[in-house]
Amino acid sequence: MAKQHYTLTVNGEQRDVLCEPRELLIHTLREQLDITGPHVGCETSHCGACTVEINGKSVKSCTVFTAQANGADVTTIEGLGSPDGLHVLQEKFREHHGLQCGYCTPGMITRAHRLLQENPNPTEEEVRFGIAGNLCRCTGYQNIVKSILAAAAEMNAAKEAAE
Amino acid sequence: MNDLTPSREERTENLKGLGCSRKRVEDARFTQGKGNYVDDIKMPGMLFGDFVRSPYAHARVKNINSEEALKVPGVLAVLTAKDLEPLGLHWMPTLAGDKQMVLADGKVLFQGQEVAFVVATDRYAAADGIEAVEVEYEELPVVVDPFKALDPDAPVLREDLEGQTEGAHGPRKHHNHIFLWEAGDKEATESVLASADVVAEEMVYYHRTHPCPLEPCGCVASMDKVNGKLTLWGTFQAPHAVRTVASLISGIAEHNIRVISPDIGGGFGNKVGVYPGYVCSIVASIVTGKPVKWIEDRMDNLMATAFARDYWMKGKIAATKEGKITGLWCHTTADHGGFDACADPTKFPAGFMNICTGSYDIPVAYLGVDGVYTNKAPGGVAYRCSFRVTEAAYFIERMIEILAIELNMDAAELRRINFIKKEQFPYQSALGWEYDSGDYHTAWEKALKAVDYEGLRKEQAERVEAFKRGETRKLLGIGLTHFTEIVGAGPVKNCDILGLGMFDSCEIRIHPTGSAIARLGTISQGQGHATTFAQILASEIGLPADSITIEEGDTDTAPYGLGTYGSRSTPVAGAATAMAGRKIRAKAQMIAAYLLEVHDDDVEWDVDRFAVKGAPERFKTMAEIAFAAYNQAIPGIEPGLEAVSYYDPPNMTYPFGAYICVMEIDVDTGVHEIRQFYALDDCGTRINPMIIEGQVHGGVTEALAIAMGQEIAYDEMGNVKTGTLMDFFLPTAWETPNYTTDHTTTPSPHHPIGAKGVGESPNVGGVPAFSNAVHDAFRAFGLRQSHMPHDHWRIWKTAHDLGLHG
Repeated sequence: MAKQHYTLTVNGEQRDVLCEPRELLIHTLREQLDITGPHVGCETSHCGACTVEINGKSVKSCTVFTAQANGADVTTIEGLGSPDGLHVLQEKFREHHGLQCGYCTPGMITRAHRLLQENPNPTEEEVRFGIAGNLCRCTGYQNIVKSILAAAAEMNAAKEAAE
Repeated sequence: MNDLTPSREERTENLKGLGCSRKRVEDARFTQGKGNYVDDIKMPGMLFGDFVRSPYAHARVKNINSEEALKVPGVLAVLTAKDLEPLGLHWMPTLAGDKQMVLADGKVLFQGQEVAFVVATDRYAAADGIEAVEVEYEELPVVVDPFKALDPDAPVLREDLEGQTEGAHGPRKHHNHIFLWEAGDKEATESVLASADVVAEEMVYYHRTHPCPLEPCGCVASMDKVNGKLTLWGTFQAPHAVRTVASLISGIAEHNIRVISPDIGGGFGNKVGVYPGYVCSIVASIVTGKPVKWIEDRMDNLMATAFARDYWMKGKIAATKEGKITGLWCHTTADHGGFDACADPTKFPAGFMNICTGSYDIPVAYLGVDGVYTNKAPGGVAYRCSFRVTEAAYFIERMIEILAIELNMDAAELRRINFIKKEQFPYQSALGWEYDSGDYHTAWEKALKAVDYEGLRKEQAERVEAFKRGETRKLLGIGLTHFTEIVGAGPVKNCDILGLGMFDSCEIRIHPTGSAIARLGTISQGQGHATTFAQILASEIGLPADSITIEEGDTDTAPYGLGTYGSRSTPVAGAATAMAGRKIRAKAQMIAAYLLEVHDDDVEWDVDRFAVKGAPERFKTMAEIAFAAYNQAIPGIEPGLEAVSYYDPPNMTYPFGAYICVMEIDVDTGVHEIRQFYALDDCGTRINPMIIEGQVHGGVTEALAIAMGQEIAYDEMGNVKTGTLMDFFLPTAWETPNYTTDHTTTPSPHHPIGAKGVGESPNVGGVPAFSNAVHDAFRAFGLRQSHMPHDHWRIWKTAHDLGLHG
């Protein structure tokens, strides 16, 4: 199959890739661009380990062709936080023991990040519903939910202080 | 003269040692996506291998034609059993003493079995190659029912064993029979049953399921032909055992094999065994001279690697009219699929199923387990469980509930009058174990009080009346469980896997500036070893946990150990860590005495230092001692400060717990709602309460999955009906409740720090708690036993069969 040229913005940086039209975005990210934060857990969109943001929406990158993301703005776990420190979500996951093996964590935090953009002040129920597309086998979610609610509270407090 | 500030309390706190909820050192890496899992490994020229798998559950392989596949761009090789045969690698030993086909040798025995291995430049080319391989099959009659497998005229599944009447675990009584394993006193038990006031009898089925870690299994094999060294990275819960097995089956000398377990995305027993993918990757790397990666996808994982459970447990329990249990009898039919690929200690082909007398003082018992071949995937691994203890706990906790029905007695009271009493420990069980310690009554009363048990029973009785009056369609179930685990395998005298004794190890090097590295024979898969083992050491050697690096998983650097499964890391490697720490301290004491110019016996340990007895202001801290160990000539003492300990545990540890689940069930839809789940665990000394709580949350959630929906189901043709996460239930945050955790502390008397292990307790206790809640909801309407998983359909069907739909 002939390879095609695509251009994506990944974590704020323009990246050019050459791949077959059938190549999945998760493989382009992981194997061509060495962005290995997003993981493959099921290849059927159920587990969410591969969750990234495409143009401001949470997307399972295991069931999107790179061709479909041509020209799009893609954010992965590597795009959160900064060299100076962890993103507040990353910090809260650590503080509240919101992860164990770490395999679901990049997708889970990326999803939580978008969820808090969409709903900055969610209830516990809204968090649970909002992350239901991301599976975790280790934590039983209780501390993940706690981490996300704590991050929301801190982000809101910071916003208020800034206003 | 030294300054005595900071205080002893401040110094202790500074260590972040035992008992503190230290934040995990792993997390900065994982939260930023900087974990290093096996599929993240990338090497120059690396190839990708993948399997052609059988669409049939039982068939003869007449022909494999790779001609077209080899024409596919990027495809370099197609391996079949014929290619592996000259190397003697077309079959491999299983950890259970059986052997398993690496690639189909003449026939296939289960759907999804590995038939050919396609090696290509990348995973897309490999997938194209798989499509192009032509395999000619001749279908054979399929056996999926383990009872029918033992019919005299059942088809012969394992033709390779035909005529062999002796298996790895004794005589085989039928061509599809693997072993009969027995414990206890059959005759005495049968005589008790014959004369008992009451005997409750039931078939308890623990269905087939799968550990399904979020990261599937995989490896990268790299054979360096120049120096003859093989490096194998992979999802291995037991890297040293993999190295030894790889050496034995490949003939490569063990010192020329390096096995590395990088970060592992959950194991739960799925990553203990040796799979055909590992063998084929090694061969492919030898053949091509390039690194070869194999990563299974989710369907491969669910269909082919390591199922769990599938135990049909027929039970009889005898008691007096007053409810004192007098005997327990159990016969289990164990469905192992096409090959017996359990990962149990050699002498225990049914694992620790003989812990099935549970928390109860049962004077006489008998257990027999018949292992059987069927046309299903091989395995029988311990899914978050210490070798079949989940099956055992489910069995006894169901039998207790059924006996309570038979006696018309409250199930909490029945447990209370049968618990092993605190003063009976160490307790010798009728099936051969010596329980090290326990205080079941205290835990039980604490749990019942915490949930207001009497209030719940009152509410339940009112609900039943309201239901009968037609005022509600919801029933209330109270699921009780008191479980006893058996973990920390184990004493080398009776625990080995393929002859490898199940000790574990820790090696410590103290650096001159007062920091340290410790290496262990275990490997974390999310348990947080880098955090907790440093805490054990901090308390032993007085250096802050933050100054101690923990390293596991590289067989070239770590001391030999049997790995992480069966909740054995804390009981065995944790003990080795403490013992190695004590060796460090013993040498440090001599150095300190020299530096302080007193006799060795005149100094005493104080948190992080040795001080002169009666003169606490005269001391040397561990950091000062470390510096002196490397930089000062001390007469009679070798330079350096290092220690290694190989710990052979004198006994298993016996964590226990009391779990109570309160469940609402809608009789018309079969939908359940968990109103409350209370989990009390006693894991002995608690190293990191935050991590313990996290283990309990996760383990109970896996139990929720198993009890309420998760299943590897087959149709009569042997087709896997649950091959994706669409069909195989993993609970989301939406279905998962919040849990209340609690504890009592009964330290293990033989473990150096009194710890017992906790990772698997919540799965062991959780499954019966959920299942008992479902059964309890229908007890007033005559339900004795229904099979898991209790999904909505099955619950609806139960209600329907009981005539509750009018």
